[in-house]
Amino acid sequence: MTTLLVAEHDNTALAEPSLRALAAARQLGSDVHALVAGRDCRAAAEAAALQDGVTKVLLADGEELDHQLAEPMAELIVSLAGDYGAIVAAATAAGKNLMPRVAALLDVMQVSDITRVVAPDTFERPIYAGNAIETVKSSDSKLVITVRASAFGPGATGVAPAPVVDVAPPRASANSHFVRAVIAQSARPELNAARIVISGGRGLQSADNFNKYLAPLADKLNAAIGASRAAVDAGYAANNLQVGQTGKIVAPDRDIACGISGAIQHLAGMKNSKVIVAINKDPEAPIFAVADYGLVGDLFEILPQLTAAL
Amino acid sequence: MRILVAVKRVVDFNVKVRVKPDETGVDLANVKMAMNPFDEIAVEEALRQKEAGKADEVVLVSIGPAEAAETIRSGLAMGADRGILVKSDGRIEPLAVAKVLKAVIDRERPGLVILGKQAIDDDSNQTGQMLAALVGWPQATFASSVVLDGERAEVTREIDGGLETLELKLPAVVTTDLRLNEPRYASLPNIMKAKRKPIEELTPAGLGVDVAPRLEVLKVAPPEPRKGGVKVNSVPELVDRLKNEAGVL
Ligand SMILES: Cc1cc2nc3c(=O)[nH]c(=O)nc-3n(C[C@H](O)[C@H](O)[C@H](O)COP(=O)(O)OP(=O)(O)OC[C@H]3O[C@@H](n4cnc5c(N)ncnc54)[C@H](O)[C@@H]3O)c2cc1C
Ligand SMILES: Nc1ncnc2c1ncn2[C@@H]1O[C@H](COP(=O)(O)O)[C@@H](O)[C@H]1O
Repeated sequence: MTTLLVAEHDNTALAEPSLRALAAARQLGSDVHALVAGRDCRAAAEAAALQDGVTKVLLADGEELDHQLAEPMAELIVSLAGDYGAIVAAATAAGKNLMPRVAALLDVMQVSDITRVVAPDTFERPIYAGNAIETVKSSDSKLVITVRASAFGPGATGVAPAPVVDVAPPRASANSHFVRAVIAQSARPELNAARIVISGGRGLQSADNFNKYLAPLADKLNAAIGASRAAVDAGYAANNLQVGQTGKIVAPDRDIACGISGAIQHLAGMKNSKVIVAINKDPEAPIFAVADYGLVGDLFEILPQLTAAL
Repeated sequence: MRILVAVKRVVDFNVKVRVKPDETGVDLANVKMAMNPFDEIAVEEALRQKEAGKADEVVLVSIGPAEAAETIRSGLAMGADRGILVKSDGRIEPLAVAKVLKAVIDRERPGLVILGKQAIDDDSNQTGQMLAALVGWPQATFASSVVLDGERAEVTREIDGGLETLELKLPAVVTTDLRLNEPRYASLPNIMKAKRKPIEELTPAGLGVDVAPRLEVLKVAPPEPRKGGVKVNSVPELVDRLKNEAGVL
């Protein structure tokens, strides 16, 4: 049976995590249709149609789907679910918000945050902050899956576009309404797509320092900036920069951890980076146990030197 | 209004668990257990709403073994009014937990249910959303602020791009994120008081809920170890190694 990918988009293009979730969806071995839902999102549907491995795009476009609230989105997906053997989305904030709602309406136990497709009904997923990897086999007749994007490669665009088919939007949500969003604007690459991530922790000591010491290096390397929970809690960095078990999971080519001790919850979010560099004044900091290159010292001296040396 | 809070007993967040040698699960013998940290935030939020006069009773519910009563007790010591323990040994999945919670909601009729966004053992991040679907209520996950106003809740959520604010008509389901509040410590007098607060015991069967797992756990293995690296002595050495050894500059 066909697989349905619930694609995340900004109305014009698919989000990077969805492209990676597509790679996982294809590994289930069936055709993949992509659902693009929202308001004024036809351009995103056309972009989805160009992705290699997408054989059909369902476009649900209407004001009922503005801001893609979980309630109408779940209703829409459930109304389409009959045709599909598996429903897949990236384990982003949006995917995590929506997919369990879909799963429960279908009486399915969702498989969350998969990192490997072992067989079409069997998956690996990290538990306990990645300190154990569970292999689970689903007995549900339909699968609902969220995908850890960093564990899969992004796809390519294909040769010929897939057809785009309109589907009717659902009823608008009666009991939940969008009020406002405050979206951080940044010219830097997205955390979940960056090839280099520079993360700062409590060692940065203030929001001013966080910016003053990390931004020049990030700009020089075209890197994304991340943060530990402690740095976010203390107000040095915005919540959407938190990397870790309960924040974003990154796996860039290079992660540079500055003034971060290396708690298991933080390591859970970055230990699959290809090369890890740690800068910390405490030689015993646990971060050094996972770092390929560790530099013991004061980050306020080291970071300007490093920025100048590159 | 009554607020229902779901609290799970999990391995303490400071513990680095180990996988059993036969790869059937993680070794929980003699491991320190505690209330899931996101659920402490949920309890704290319910108490603050009650203290602000927006709610009049805070009820805690946990699904798990007899020892989960300790988890409920620690929430009662924070100030919650009473507890419900739905006794269930063995592995219980978020879908089943959501079904049990629905049955408890049918009895308790809360105006708001608060859960953690994620249990730090199974890392599922599902139960609240599933519960909202099963009872047909609106949901606001990953909350960093909850303002109750009569029949409505205005909830700000931590999303990938920043923050989003939703208005929900009550009853509703909210799940907590880290920035919602800082949970209080229980005071000694409140710990003593909590010993006398009631905990009702129920069973999934008594509530008419089938909790049989849908996922079969074939294996629980340790993650691939990461080789420790080297310490470098200077910035020039670091740059040189990154360029010539790691090839990432
Ligand atoms: C439920 C739960 C979920 C969590 N989720 C996450 C998560 O998703 N992500 C996350 O990151 N954490 C998470 N945490 C928090 C985690 O346990 C740690 O508390 C946190 O990661 C610590 O952040 P830190 O390393 O910045 O701070 P600290 O542990 O305080 O470390 C600061 C480090 O900076 C170093 N330092 C200080 N000054 C300097 C200097 N001048 N130069 C060089 N080094 C310096 C110190 O030696 C120290 O090692 C979670 C915790 C809980 C309970
Ligand atoms: N066995 C349980 N008993 C009580 N609450 C639970 C249980 N399992 C999950 N929850 C609640 O659901 C939240 C999310 O858990 P999960 O979906 O497993 O990540 C937790 O933070 C709890 O609030």
